[in-house]
Formats: sequence, structure tokens, C-alpha cells
Amino acid sequence: MSANKEEINSLIESRYKHGFVTDIESDSLPPGLNEDVIRAISARKNEPKFMLDWRLKSYKHWLKLNEPNWAHVDYTPINYQDISYFSAPKSDADRPKSLAEVDPKLLETYDKLGIPLHERARLAGVAVDAVFDSVSIATTFKKKLSDAGVIFCPFSEAVTKHPELIKKYLGSVVPYRDNFFTALNSAVFSDGSFVYIPKGVRCPMELSTYFRINAANTGQFERTLIIADEGSHVSYLEGCTAPMRDENQLHAAVVELVALKDAEIKYSTVQNWYPGDEEGKGGIYNFVTKRGDCRGANSKISWTQVETGSAITWKYPSCILRGDNSIGEFYSVAVTNNRQQADTGTKMIHIGNNTKSTIVSKGISAGRAQNAYRGLVRVMPQANNARNHTQCDSLLIGGDCGAHTFPYIEAKNPSAIIEHEATTSKISEDQLFYCKQRGIEEEDAVNMIVNGFCKDVFKKLPMEFAVEAQALLNVSLEGAVG
Amino acid sequence: MLEIKNLHAKVGTTNILNGLSLTIKKGEVHAIMGPNGSGKSTLARIIAGDDSYDVTDGEIHYKNKNLMELSPEERSREGIFLGFQYPVEIPGLNNSQFLKAALNAKRKYLGIEEIDAFEFLKMARETIKRLEIDPSFLNRGVNEGFSGGERKRNEILQMTMLEPNIAILDETDSGLDIDALKVVAKGVNEFRNQDNAVILVTHYQRLLEYIKPDKVHVLSEGRIIRSGDESLAKELEKTGYIAEKESKK
Ligand SMILES: Nc1ncnc2c1ncn2[C@@H]1O[C@H](COP(=O)(O)OP(=O)(O)OP(=O)(O)O)[C@@H](O)[C@H]1O
Ligand SMILES: [Mg+2]
Repeated sequence: MSANKEEINSLIESRYKHGFVTDIESDSLPPGLNEDVIRAISARKNEPKFMLDWRLKSYKHWLKLNEPNWAHVDYTPINYQDISYFSAPKSDADRPKSLAEVDPKLLETYDKLGIPLHERARLAGVAVDAVFDSVSIATTFKKKLSDAGVIFCPFSEAVTKHPELIKKYLGSVVPYRDNFFTALNSAVFSDGSFVYIPKGVRCPMELSTYFRINAANTGQFERTLIIADEGSHVSYLEGCTAPMRDENQLHAAVVELVALKDAEIKYSTVQNWYPGDEEGKGGIYNFVTKRGDCRGANSKISWTQVETGSAITWKYPSCILRGDNSIGEFYSVAVTNNRQQADTGTKMIHIGNNTKSTIVSKGISAGRAQNAYRGLVRVMPQANNARNHTQCDSLLIGGDCGAHTFPYIEAKNPSAIIEHEATTSKISEDQLFYCKQRGIEEEDAVNMIVNGFCKDVFKKLPMEFAVEAQALLNVSLEGAVG
Repeated sequence: MLEIKNLHAKVGTTNILNGLSLTIKKGEVHAIMGPNGSGKSTLARIIAGDDSYDVTDGEIHYKNKNLMELSPEERSREGIFLGFQYPVEIPGLNNSQFLKAALNAKRKYLGIEEIDAFEFLKMARETIKRLEIDPSFLNRGVNEGFSGGERKRNEILQMTMLEPNIAILDETDSGLDIDALKVVAKGVNEFRNQDNAVILVTHYQRLLEYIKPDKVHVLSEGRIIRSGDESLAKELEKTGYIAEKESKK
């Protein structure tokens, strides 16, 4: 009852802490998209012919498509001819072999972002494959991984060094013709990560990648492919943050996961793209296609994500539960503040027998933000004894924001058991006054309530990421109070 | 300790308090009674710093400070505790985390070293045992799924842990079964001492049989219309407020 509207508004207002631009000269292609641009991208990367052919096929298909407009988001149309499709740090020719050779400016940038790369890598035992703009620069712990037979390298390197794996798996989970953005990504993808875990191997460390966008007006089209061969296990962490920018920036990544028999992939994301200012100006457009294929029996794919950034997020990490007894999981926290819009969710496609899926989605809206959950649970006719449990909770902070839930359930096999629970709660002025009466600052109270609301998801994250995620959430909802 | 002079307050255009004065000294227990809607909770919330009420006139002094200049958090850390009439649920926020944050906010303000998790748990467990509260309370969300009586006990638990200088208990006895009432009364009696004060807002003389008040006030239409000792409560129990109001006319 105590805090009035303005107070709550100022409380949830947040400033983006990572708003700065590094002035490393970019070696970019001029804006625009046509076949020549695609040939130029492919040539710069010394790609084999099969790769170029695939890009061109994707491009031709993309030309026939229209942008999807069904998501619960609203933005000014993107002019794809205004985007530059390739940019690399100038020192591309002699790429650093180790961190010591990395441009100190770059390391400084990571530092500002709170990512002390070398320290973090050494202390936490995490192998880091950092993507700066479109080209991967630093890769550590290579030796330990290669001793285990794990391949963890920039995607472009995999294309030349492991073409047989690329040919076999690229596009096998997310075909280029899947949707507008996958076709675009397949045509112009810049770089990303490639992971292959051989049969029976438990990856000896968490794999982590940090992405960021830097050069102005540069589309980012990462491509990530992770293959867990039979009986293997891998945990992959992805995190990102971007400098403050005045133009909207498009980010259309594709992530494909393949889990073969008895394999397990855990994919965690803590995402912190620049969300734009209070009016939504300058934020990132994040249109991502992430999909995992539980191809073998008893395989498991688990998506965990904490989304706090982006002006617009359009993202549905999904699982295709093809193998018998396979398991798909989706744990998500999506925070939207100010003018942010998020349309996220998941798809669980049950094909094999005794397949199980769990969905836990926590949406937090503040300011004038809109947060939509869109989830599909589909049970195919041949899938006997499929199980799904969905828990979908929304938390509203203040009275001007919105939460929307769109669950789609298609059960074509009568043995399926599908449960859906949804709740909406609100941080009320009464709750805040109660906390304040006990001596707790409003901001701390909001953080505690929000963290409590998200704990089911946070506890699925690897330890060091959980701490970071919590901090990130607090920053996202930080205000002028205190 | 607390001095309220000629307090006027309203919400929107509705006047709720109309010149209320009240003085409470260290070591005293005051009971405030009065019909529904007379302004008892409003008074309690204004003392605690709820700014949804407009204070249009009057003063509140606490420990020789102008209370109106302090934020609700500061008032709390200065030792003002309000046991709410309707304690709100905060789902997902763990009770012990909440209590520890409250305790440490106060300690920090007073320049005392913050309590660590171990020490806190020890203290919380002892208090819980003393108040005959189920230990599972600590691990649940703040008032989440608590029954009316459990919420009231939780208020007493918080009061006991936070050791305020003045505790305002707004109908903490309402909705309690007889055993719970005894537990609450025991909590209050163990709490009271020569250096603190208690304001009991209640509708029932029953509570006052367990907690002996030094003064009893009758609040009606936003002002105190009568003050007396314990016997006033007994009298009201028989005659009701109507007679009280009539006799004033
Ligand atoms: N926020 C508010 N907005 C509008 N009216 C209010 C508000 N708070 C209190 N009132 C009104 O002020 C009057 C006093 O309310 P208050 O809650 O202080 O009464 P009370 O004495 O505590 O009653 P009870 O014995 O029923 O608890 C009531 O008429 C109530 O409707
Ligand atoms: Mg009341």
C-alpha cells in the first residue's frame, strides 16, 4: 500500500552497465546481401565447396520467405540490405595462438564486462571459446579436451578440419528451410562453436562461450553445433552481453544439438544483450532458433536459460524426443523491463515411446514490458506413454506490464499424460511495505522476491553461472532507490 | 518514547484520523479498542510509515525524533515493529532468508556486525521452540499458505527476533484458538520489559486477561474518546461501543 507507482517505476528502472564500445577497427563487408556477399564470406573463411553450396541453397530459399509476424512482439521492419554480413577484427591474418597474443584492448573489454577471461578460465577450469564479432579469437584448455578426444573449436575451423562431421550433422536438427531466420543464418552464418564428444566420454570440463556484438550495424549470425556421441555427456554454457548502441541490432543464431544413444547434453544460457533504453531504443533483436534432437534411446537434452536482455527476444529452445525413453527439459527465466518484449518458450515433440519432458518457465515483467510464454507439447501417434509436466509462472512488478501464456497441446496418442500448471503473481505494494516495515530496502526486497521466484531454474544452472545469473537479474531490475 | 499530537490523516478525500493524541512511555502496555473502521489500523500503519495516507496535521515524535522524517525502513531499524492485522503472503521468499535480511538490515544500521547463517539459525530455532512454532515455518515462503493463526504467530516470531523498542500488534489475537492465544500472550509477556513498550490493538477483553495493559483507549471516528485502566475494557465488553458513543453525545 505504501509505495506509489512512481516509486515502483523508479525502482525497476535499470541502466545497462556494459554500455561501451571498443574501438578496434573492423574489417567489414559493405552492407547488403546478395550471392556475391555469400561467396565473399565463404572465400574469406576458405570454406570447402560443399559449404558454399549449402549457403547458396539456403540463400535462394530465404529469398522466397517472409518474416514471421505471429509472435507477440512488435518492431519496425528490418532492412536486410542495411546490414553488413561480415566483420572481423583487423588482426585476422595472424590470429593469436594464446591469450597472451590477444589484443590487450580486447581483454580489457572482457574485463569491463566482468569476464576476466584468463582468471576465470584458470580458476574455474572452464574452457572458453570467445566470439568477438564474427571471428573466434581465444581458445583455451585445448589440450585437456583433445586428450579426452573432445573437439571444441570455432565453427569455421570445424568446417575445414572436420568436414565429415559437419556434412553429417549440420542442418540435421534445424534444416535451413525451417524458418525465415534459419534460412538467413544458414546463408550468411559467421562463426560460432563446434563441439563433438566421442563415444562414452564425459567431457572433463564445462564448456563455455561468451558472445558479444561490437561493430555497428553488423548482423550476428552464430552457428553452434554440439554432438554428443553414444554414452557421452557434456555441459555447455553460453553467455553474452553487448555494448550500448543506438541502432537496433539483429541477432539470428542457430544452435543444433544432437544426443545419440545414452548421451546427455546440458545447455545453459545466461543472456544479457543490451535491452535498449527506457523507450526501447537501441536494443538487440534476438531471433534465435535452438533445437535439440534426442536421436538415440535414453538420451537427454536439457535447456536452461536466463534471459535478461534484448529489446526483442524470439526464442524457443526445443527438444525432439525421437529415441525411446528420451528426456527433454526446459528451464527458463525471462526478465523484461521498460519497453522490452519477449516471446519465448519451448517445443517438446514426443516421437519415441516412454519419452518425458519437463517445462519450467518463469517470466518476470516490469515497467511497460510484455512477456509471453509460448509452448508446444506435441505427442505423435506412435509415441506411447509420453509424459509432460509444464509449470508456467509469471511475476508482474508494477501495473503497466503484461504477461501472456500460450500453451499449445497436441496429443495424438491416448496414453499421453500432459499436465499444465500456470500462475500469475504480482509484487504488490503491500508486500513491499511489509518488507520495508521489517527494515529491508525496497530494492533488496524485490531482489529477494525475484530470486525466490526463480530458484527452481537457478538451481539447474552450474554453480558459478547461478551466482552470475542472480547478479544479472538484480542488475536488470536495479533502480534509483538506495 | 512515543508521542502523538493532534494527528489528522486522510485517504483521498476521506478523513480517517481527526485529531488523535497519545503518549506512550517506556515499559508501558497500551490497549487500543474501538469499532470497526474507527482508524486503529490506519494509526498503526501511519506510525510504521505507510505513505498511502496523507498526514494533514499533527506530529509524531519517537525517541525525541520527528518520526515523519524517517522512511519505513529507518523506523523499523530504529525499533518500531508493526504486527500486521493481515500479514501478506510473499510466495517464493523464504521465511528464514527474510528474517535474516531484516535482522541484518537493523544490525548494519546500528553498526553491529551482521549475523552469519549459523548463528542466525541457532537463534531462530531457539525462538521457534520457545514460541511453540512448527520448525518447518522457517523453510516456507513468508506467510505462504499459512493459516490465519499461523500468520499471527509468525508476526510474534519476527517481533521476538527483531527486539523492537515499540511493538504495535494490530489484532494479533484475532482468529487465534485458545492455545495459540496463550502462545502469543506468552511471547508478548516475555518480550515486554522496562525499556520497551507495546500497543495492543484488539477487539477482545480476553487478550487483556493474559497481557495486563497499563492503559486502555477507545478510538472512535478517528480520535480517542476515552482512556482508562484495565476496567474500561471489561466495561466495554458488557456495554459495547454504541453505549460508549451515545454517552459522549
Ligand atoms: N487505503 C484506504 N483507502 C480508502 N479507505 C481506507 C483506506 N485505509 C483505510 N480506509 C478507511 O478508513 C477507515 C478506518 O480503517 P482502519 O482499517 O484504520 O479501521 P480499523 O479501526 O482498523 O477497523 P477494524 O477494526 O475493522 O480493523 C475505514 O472506513 C476504512 O475503510
Ligand atoms: Mg484494523
